[in-house]
Amino acid sequence: MEALYATITGVLAACGLFLALRGRTFPVVVGLTLLSYSVNLFLFSTGGLNTAAAPVIDDHGGQYTDPLPQALVLTAIVIGFAMTAFSVILAIRVRGELGSDDVHAGRANESRENKS
Amino acid sequence: MQHLPILPILLPLFAGLLLLLNRDGATRPRRIISLISTLLLVMVAIALVNQATDGEIRYYALGDWQPPFGIILVVDRLSAMMVLLTSVLALGSVIYACAGEDEKGTNYHGLFQLQLMGINGAFLTGDLFNLFVFFEVLLIASYALLMHGGGKTRIHASFHYVALNLANSALFLLAVGTLYGATGTLNMADMALRIGNLEPEQMELVKVGAMLLLVVFGLKAAMLPLYFWLPRAYAAAPAPVAALFAVMSKIGIYAIIRVYTLIFGDHAGPLGNLAQPWVWWLGLATLILGTVGVLAARDLRAQVAYLIILSVGTLLAGIGMNSIAAQSALLYYLPHTTLITGGLFLLVDSIAMQRGQAGSRIVRARGVKEPVPLGLFFFIGAMGIAGMPPFSGAIGKTLLLQAAIGPAQQAWLWSVLLGSGLLAIIAMSRAGSTVFWRASPRDETSVTNLGIRRGIAIGLLIGASPIMALFAGPLTAYTQATAEQLANHDAYIRTIIGPQEIGEVP
Repeated sequence: MEALYATITGVLAACGLFLALRGRTFPVVVGLTLLSYSVNLFLFSTGGLNTAAAPVIDDHGGQYTDPLPQALVLTAIVIGFAMTAFSVILAIRVRGELGSDDVHAGRANESRENKS
Repeated sequence: MQHLPILPILLPLFAGLLLLLNRDGATRPRRIISLISTLLLVMVAIALVNQATDGEIRYYALGDWQPPFGIILVVDRLSAMMVLLTSVLALGSVIYACAGEDEKGTNYHGLFQLQLMGINGAFLTGDLFNLFVFFEVLLIASYALLMHGGGKTRIHASFHYVALNLANSALFLLAVGTLYGATGTLNMADMALRIGNLEPEQMELVKVGAMLLLVVFGLKAAMLPLYFWLPRAYAAAPAPVAALFAVMSKIGIYAIIRVYTLIFGDHAGPLGNLAQPWVWWLGLATLILGTVGVLAARDLRAQVAYLIILSVGTLLAGIGMNSIAAQSALLYYLPHTTLITGGLFLLVDSIAMQRGQAGSRIVRARGVKEPVPLGLFFFIGAMGIAGMPPFSGAIGKTLLLQAAIGPAQQAWLWSVLLGSGLLAIIAMSRAGSTVFWRASPRDETSVTNLGIRRGIAIGLLIGASPIMALFAGPLTAYTQATAEQLANHDAYIRTIIGPQEIGEVP
């Protein structure tokens, strides 16, 4: 299970990174979202992976799973979701204001301003 | 008094919520709420500093969950000082915004208060994950504030800023996760305790986590390979927001100081002081490139933004020296540079308002309407930031130069720091003489006056430089004690974890 989990996390992170380095705003936003998914998976695994174990210590002292990473992941998911929503809206604003979804779209205007 | 440490977070939160209730209401009550909240914050911060001067470290356990299990807020000299610095800077910024900037978009004051909450929380928290949460709180408020008023350059600069910070947040989580996986705790004091007796195979993991954290904080602080976002974002931001952003890069500096002296300090064995050599060289390089930026800037806003990078480089070099004297010097230099650069952002905005079309560009153009107050402020600010006596920059830099030990440090620090000071003076005097002296006759009719509010705000922040120079004695005594307190991690850990638990850890 560990190998599968690690592979999935790594592939997600690699895809996210690749998309985040693209030149258009939408792939960048999707890439950052994928990156945050892989980070969430990674964070979830930091307490160690257990199957069929509850996040509570019972009286018998049986197998249990660390509850803290689950709490951390929940927080990270909420924050990541809000940030993704914000960046999607921002990307739409960029498209609307600059008339292009290229991440360097503003450069042309800027250099002209500096020269004058 | 028991609940004092939580007030710097609750006060802006409630003020922010109050301002959210009626987003399109009249401007006047909103300004009053914002001003009162910020004034109260200054008072609370003064009370905190006053409390911290006795040298005791206090913590506030949220929900009375005791550390290391619960989240705690820690007030020591350093965090109290940073909260006071933030509140003074915020006061200047709010007063300036009340002169009209807040009417250019919706809910300026509400967002501003929420950002203050995030900044104060980041300074006070004693928990690594909680630090991440407060980083996000201040970031999401800063995204909205950066775009306040709209406009093409602002929107475009903010997309870069947002994308970069989202990637940075992902890295932060990776680092925190790695450290949690290896040490099993998120409380900074507890982590510092456990890092000394780790298994060898976990040692490498912790090292990876520590260096990842350095990247994260380095991006916040605008350290060398990670600073390229800063000049564009800060130059595009509205002036009062840019002034508050002057403290944002110092959050990165604060986090580096906190994490690498407390968690990875001398007691951490092979992991001790692992960031300092990196920070030293990268700090010097940041200093050099920041100076080049100051010289090359063709716009006053960009020039002030590069001055921030210059000061960040100086502070990082101070951290890299890793001695009590250096830390004391940089803690004196930090508030000075934050307040002056904040004041300069406000000042440049006022200058741009009076120059019509030319704005803040450093070109021969119409003169300003009120050259005397603006020129005087610019002179004090420029001399203060460049490190000329009799202002505070000179004292801070002298302390830092004195703290360099041995020819290895002295040769590098003295040449780079003094050289950058000289070049900064050249750049600032060139900019100042172009703007104020090489000006064509001015048009008296259509420009905005400086006005009483802008005057007070700029005076408050720029005036900090002579005041900090006047009270340099007590201030350096405080920073010296702060540096000693930081070096004494045992006392910190003992206060938070308690002596009996320290004995129990194998």
